[in-house]
Amino acid sequence: MRSYVLQRLVYMVFLLWLVSIVTFIIIQLPPGDYLSTYISRLEQAGQVLADEEVAALREQYGLNLPMYARYFKWFGQMLQGNFGYSYNWEKPVRDLIGERLALTFTIAILSAIFTYSVAIPIGIYSATRQYSIADYVISFVGFIGLAIPNFMLALILMYVAWAHYGLNLTGLFSPEFQGAPWSLAKLGDLAIHLPIPVIVVGTAGTAGLVRVMRGTLLDELNKQYVITARSKGVGEVTLLFKYPVRVALNPIVSSLAWLFPSLISGGTITAYVLGLPTAGPMLLRSLLTQDTFLTASLLMFVTILTVIGTTVSDILLVVVDPRIRMERAAS
Amino acid sequence: MLRRLGIRREPAKTDAVTYDDSYYMASQWQLIWRKFRRHRLAIGSLAVILILYSMALFSEFYSINDYQKRHVKFAKSPPHTIYFVDEEGNFSLRPFIYQMKQTLDMDTLQRNYSEVRDKRFPIQFFVQGEPYKILGLVESNIHLMGVEAPGVFFPFGTDDLGRDLFSRTMHAARISLSIGFLGVIISFVLGCLFGGISGYFGGLVDLVIQRLIEFLISIPSIPLIIALAAALPAEWSSTQVYFGITIVLATVGWTTLARAVRGKLLELREADFVMAARISNMGDLDIIIKHLLPSFASFLIVVLSLSVPGMILAETALSFLQIGIRPPAVSWGVLLQDAQNIRSLSQSPWLLIPGLFVIVTVLAFNFLGDGLRDAADPYKQ
Repeated sequence: MRSYVLQRLVYMVFLLWLVSIVTFIIIQLPPGDYLSTYISRLEQAGQVLADEEVAALREQYGLNLPMYARYFKWFGQMLQGNFGYSYNWEKPVRDLIGERLALTFTIAILSAIFTYSVAIPIGIYSATRQYSIADYVISFVGFIGLAIPNFMLALILMYVAWAHYGLNLTGLFSPEFQGAPWSLAKLGDLAIHLPIPVIVVGTAGTAGLVRVMRGTLLDELNKQYVITARSKGVGEVTLLFKYPVRVALNPIVSSLAWLFPSLISGGTITAYVLGLPTAGPMLLRSLLTQDTFLTASLLMFVTILTVIGTTVSDILLVVVDPRIRMERAAS
Repeated sequence: MLRRLGIRREPAKTDAVTYDDSYYMASQWQLIWRKFRRHRLAIGSLAVILILYSMALFSEFYSINDYQKRHVKFAKSPPHTIYFVDEEGNFSLRPFIYQMKQTLDMDTLQRNYSEVRDKRFPIQFFVQGEPYKILGLVESNIHLMGVEAPGVFFPFGTDDLGRDLFSRTMHAARISLSIGFLGVIISFVLGCLFGGISGYFGGLVDLVIQRLIEFLISIPSIPLIIALAAALPAEWSSTQVYFGITIVLATVGWTTLARAVRGKLLELREADFVMAARISNMGDLDIIIKHLLPSFASFLIVVLSLSVPGMILAETALSFLQIGIRPPAVSWGVLLQDAQNIRSLSQSPWLLIPGLFVIVTVLAFNFLGDGLRDAADPYKQ
C-alpha cells in the first residue's frame, strides 16, 4: 500500500514536469513573442525604444537563446517562485493568481461533492425502482442534463432568476465585498453566491454518474449472491446497502479521475458567463491579449491542481476497493 | 419491506422467444438492423439527425430570408406568433401571421413591437424567393416557407442588427454539424493510429502511448482547447479558422477513442471465434476481413456516434467564448454570443433558440448511439 502511494507520488511529480513542458510549448505557439507585444504596447503609449534597448531586453528575457535553454530559464524562475509580470494588470503574476486559483479549486471540489451527494442516492433510487415513472423522469432529466451545454444552463438560470425574481446571480461577491480583505462577513457573502455556480458546474457530471450508478447497481441486483442473501432472510435494506451498493460505488469512485478535469473545464466557461473571479475568465483574457506570463502560470496551475486531484482520487480508489489493492500489490 | 423498496424478484430471463428460419439465415447487419428497428427512440433520433443534416445541406432552401440581410426596421423583433384562428374565431387550416409595428419607448429607448391585426399574412409553403444554388450546383429559388411580399416572417425573431434568426440558425447548422463530424473523423484516424500501434506492438510502445494518453486526459480539456484556439492567427480566413478549430478539437479529443480502439482490439484478438478460425486453418487476412473487421465496424459506428456530441458542444463553447468560429461565418455558438449578458437576454430571450438546436442534436446523437450499441450487441435480445 505504502509503496503504491509512493509510486503514485513519484509519477505525479513526473506528470507535473510534463505539464510544464506542454505549457511552455503552448505559450510559444502564438505568432510573435512577448517582447514584441511589450514593445508594441510601449509604442502605443508613445514611447520608442532604441535598438540597443530592445537588444538588452532580448538578452534579459533570454529570447536570443535556443528554445530548450529558454525553457530551463523559465522553469528555473518558476521553481524559485518567480512567475513573471503581467502586462495587463501591471502586477507580478504571483500576486494575481493565488485567490483566483483558490476559488477555482473550491468550486471544483464543492461541485464534486454536490455531484456525488446527488448522483448516488438518485442512482440507487432509480435502480431499485426500475421502469417506474420516477425512473423514467430521472432518466429523461439526466439526458437533458448531459445534452445542455454548461454555459446555456448558466444563462437560463440567470435569465429565470432575473425575469421572475429580479435577482442578479453574477459574481461571487456582493459589490461591497469585492476587493475587500477576507473577513467572516465576506465568507458568508461567498457562501450565498456559491450554490449557483456549483449547481451549474456539477449538473453535467451528475447526469452521467446517475446513469453509471443505476447501470452497475442493476447488474449487481441480478447477481446470485443477492438471491442467496435474500433466501437466507437478510432484510431488504441491509442487503441493498451492505453488498450491491458498495460494489456499485467502485466505478463511481474511479470516475473521480475524469470528473475532476471535467469540472475544472466546465468551470472555465461557467465562470465566464456568470462573471466569477476565478482562473477561467482571467485565462481567457490573458490568452486574447497575449499576456504570456499570466497565461503560462494559469494554465500550469490549473493543470497542476487537476493532476493532484486525479492522483488523490487514484489513491482513494485503492483505499476503497480491496480488489484493486490486491491486484496492485501483486504486480 | 420488499414491496416498499420495489425490488422485483424476477426469475432469470429464459429465452422463450422462438425464431423462424430467417433469423438463423440473417447476416450480422440484418440482425443489427432488425434490433435497431425495434428501438423506437433511436429510430426517432435518426430521423431528427437526418432532418438536422438536411438543414445543413440545404440551408438556403430552409431559410426564409437572406441570413445576412439586415432588416433595419425590425431590429430585435420577437418571434412572430403563428395563428390558426383569427380575431373573429374563424379557423383556417393554413397558418398565418400578423405583421409587427415598432414603437419606441421614449423613456427607456427600448423598441416595443405590437401586432397589426388588420391584415392577415398567410404562410405559404414552397414559395419562390431569392435565387440560390442547391449545393452550389443547381440553380433554384424555391424556399420552404414565406409570406407575401410587403410582409416579413421571422419565426425565431431577429437579432440586434435585424437579421432573421431562423435563417441564421439554418445556416449555422452547416458549420456546427459538419465540425462535429469532421472532428470525430480526424480524431478517429488519430485514435486508430495510436490505439492500433499500442494494441498491436504491446510492450514498451504500448506503455508509453498509454501513459501519454493518461497524461492528456488529466489535462482539463477546455483550458487546453482555449489556449490552442487562441493561438490561431488573427488574419486567417473563415475557412482556415474552421479547419484550424476542427484540428484543435481533434488533437484534444482523440485520446478516449484511442483507448476504446485499443481495448476492443485486445479483446477481439483473444476472442474465442478468432481462435476457432485460426485452428480451422483460416489465413490471417481472411480472419481480419471476415471476422475482425465486421465486429470492429459495428463497434466503431457506436463509438463514433457517441463522440460527435462532445465535439459539437466543444465547438459551441469555443465560438461562444469568441475564440472559435469568427463572424461573419455563423455557427450555433456564434449565434449564442448575442445572448451573453443578462441585459440582452432579458430584452430578447429568443436569442437562446439556437442553443435549443444544440441540445436536440446532442440528445439525438446520444439516443442513436445507445440504440446502436444495444442493436450491435449480439448477446442482447
